[in-house]
Amino acid sequence: MGVDQRRHPPSRLKNDPMSDPSYRNATIAVLVENEAGILARVVGLFSGRGYNIESLTVAPVDEARRLSRITIVTSGTDMVIEQIKAQLDRLVPVHKVSDLTLEGPHLARELMLIKVVGKGENRMEALRLADAFRARVVDATTESLVFEMTGAGDKLDAFIELMRPIGLAEVTRTGVVAIARGPRSLSGI
Amino acid sequence: MSTNAQTKTEARTMTGAEIVLQALKDNGVEVIFGYPGGAVLPLYDAIFQQNAIRHILVRHEQAAVHAAEGYARSTGKVGVVLVTSGPGATNAVTGLVDALMDSIPVICLTGQVPTHLIGNDAFQEADTTGITRPATKHNYLVKDITKLAGTVHEAFYVAKSGRPGPVVIDLPKDILIGKGPYTEAPQTEHRSYRPQTEPDPAQIKAAVALLKGAKRPVLYSGGGVINAGPEASRLLTEFVRATGMPCTNTLMGLGAFPASDPHFLGMLGMHGTYEANLAMHGCDVMLNIGARFDDRVTGRLNAFSPNSKKIHADIDPSSINKNVKVDVSIVGDAGAVLRALLECWQADAQPQDRTALAEWWRQIDAWRATNCLQYRQASSIIKPQHAVKRLYEITREMGRDTFITTEVGQHQMWAAQYFGFEKPNRWMTSGGLGTMGYGLPAAMGVQIAHPDALVIDIAGEASILMNIQEMGTLAQYRLPVKIFILNNEYMGMVRQWQELLHGSRYSESYSAALPDFVKLAESFHARGLRVTRAEDLDAGIREMLAIPGPVIADIAVAKDENCFPMIPSGAAHNEMILGAGQSGGVAGVTDEGKVLV
Ligand SMILES: Cc1ncc(C[n+]2csc(CCOP(=O)(O)OP(=O)(O)O)c2C)c(N)n1
Ligand SMILES: [Mg+2]
Repeated sequence: MGVDQRRHPPSRLKNDPMSDPSYRNATIAVLVENEAGILARVVGLFSGRGYNIESLTVAPVDEARRLSRITIVTSGTDMVIEQIKAQLDRLVPVHKVSDLTLEGPHLARELMLIKVVGKGENRMEALRLADAFRARVVDATTESLVFEMTGAGDKLDAFIELMRPIGLAEVTRTGVVAIARGPRSLSGI
Repeated sequence: MSTNAQTKTEARTMTGAEIVLQALKDNGVEVIFGYPGGAVLPLYDAIFQQNAIRHILVRHEQAAVHAAEGYARSTGKVGVVLVTSGPGATNAVTGLVDALMDSIPVICLTGQVPTHLIGNDAFQEADTTGITRPATKHNYLVKDITKLAGTVHEAFYVAKSGRPGPVVIDLPKDILIGKGPYTEAPQTEHRSYRPQTEPDPAQIKAAVALLKGAKRPVLYSGGGVINAGPEASRLLTEFVRATGMPCTNTLMGLGAFPASDPHFLGMLGMHGTYEANLAMHGCDVMLNIGARFDDRVTGRLNAFSPNSKKIHADIDPSSINKNVKVDVSIVGDAGAVLRALLECWQADAQPQDRTALAEWWRQIDAWRATNCLQYRQASSIIKPQHAVKRLYEITREMGRDTFITTEVGQHQMWAAQYFGFEKPNRWMTSGGLGTMGYGLPAAMGVQIAHPDALVIDIAGEASILMNIQEMGTLAQYRLPVKIFILNNEYMGMVRQWQELLHGSRYSESYSAALPDFVKLAESFHARGLRVTRAEDLDAGIREMLAIPGPVIADIAVAKDENCFPMIPSGAAHNEMILGAGQSGGVAGVTDEGKVLV
């Protein structure tokens, strides 16, 4: 989600955070009240404080209890990531913040729909590759195919690259959803 | 809380406006600062028909928020503001950000166009919740009258718990007119917002172990101690005296520790004392309670207190390890933290290194001997420092409970340096946002809360003009606020930076075409006086203080005085400029420093 691709604010350029050894990616799960404006609060927090958003997904996960879950993939030094979590946690409608990357092994998945336009050998090649990548055909015409694919981000990236020379027309991705492996769970749900 | 039998019955039906007023009353509100308009007419109608809550009519919505801040800061209660939709709400934004930056509990009720018109660019519609989202701790748009009472109760809880802050409740007009149930404040916990107030005993132990082993400790406290209530300030004082360690306060924290106590090093930071800043630089253990390592305090981060172990106690976990990495972090209310520290300190068997502490005090006394706040009042021209010092001494002689507010600029820093505070809640200044125009409306709010106290706005001639219309409010409510203008005919702080950092090119910083402040006061039914010579200063101050009503005292001070000591932007604590003679040292400001404000 291209909410804000800004790296760190220019004032910090001198000591480039990316050269800091503690610079890392973090997948953060946030359990929030499902209420108007909550997404704006979270996104505004990131843009206002100059944090990165690589991807952000949100959906209700418990209608009865009015809870939504937001998954944010971000990056920064350890200190920045701790800040991000503390800043999220002090938003009034936030129930729980969890740093999946830090807290142990977790699964991260993304859904992609990808359209390839072409005929003949290209079309056959696309189908063969899709099979190898376990992408499903969800729409087909004589000159186009739409594949559905789920997986880790780098797997989707690789598939896109393979489709590029053989008729890649359009891509849409959901961004990452993630969950801890094993019995651990975000309290409350 | 109301014990009225009537309120005990199941939900009573009322209009939205009545629900709002009832909820305010139930939350202990006695006064609202506001300004009417179309969208809030139902609320004004309800206000008209009751006497429990007093409404103070300001002259500009920004002033309403600052007045509520002054009220809140001087009482510890939540300040309440009422403004109309559109321009009423947008005018309040500066005040809201000010309250956010200084962690002041304020509730701002804003009118809104009726729900069915929201999003239609209706007359006086503004996206108030959108605009104020980053300007508040939290905000609400009430679209369902059954949630109205609960929202107001929740707003009070949010505004005052944890790290306090401003909360906006946006009220569409149809919600104010419609009828719905009144519900009392819930006894249950908030669903998601439950800040930690009690500190972790293990962290307290770790802190005490560091402090007991310290050879050169320093305690640095901020607005968090003031916000935690007077008991926290009392505990701070007790803790400092028990440990014998030196104590310095931030601009926001002044008054939490008595200025007259020998353990007090004065304010620290950009215009802090030599001894406070060098103690911060040279300490081996630093205890920060309720302050946030703000850039005005730390100077250049990578040179900040390089050889110390740092302990940071704050109610807001996001303040910890934000700018400065600390060794022990304690999340909790400042009062609870201080109580725990004190108990643990007394229970802990480890002896303190009293010899090292005595040595440290000898070092501090040597720094103190530079007498960094000295100035020479040699001629007839009034030194601004002298004006503040005499104001302080004369009010102290009089023994009246005195509350000081300020505007923003050099006068603010001189007030912080030369006016001593013995108690908390007596000093109101815009620290985080640095809002010119804060002082007069804040003083109004203080005076409303403390009708018999002496309330003085120490002002600059430029700042005071930013909310001068509030003279009308002073007149209407006979608020005897004293406005003490240090008139240097310059935006002095701007001029100082231009002198020191921009080759004395005084671009647009001269206060040209100033009004005649005496006549201005008179036109607002107040008294005005002007003092131009040092010989007349005391008499002028006494005259101002003797007048029972509001006064503007226009004190003509030296035009080119600079505020020292000063740690230039981007410099370290030990790179402080002490005085004019040394200002050549500003050559040390790097380009990197110049980009900082
Ligand atoms: C609303 C606002 N605008 C601009 C500034 C920038 N600023 C900081 S101090 C200052 C000058 C204040 O002049 P004055 O009130 O005369 O105080 P002095 O410094 O002369 O004591 C200015 C313009 C500010 N702090 N607030
Ligand atoms: Mg001035």
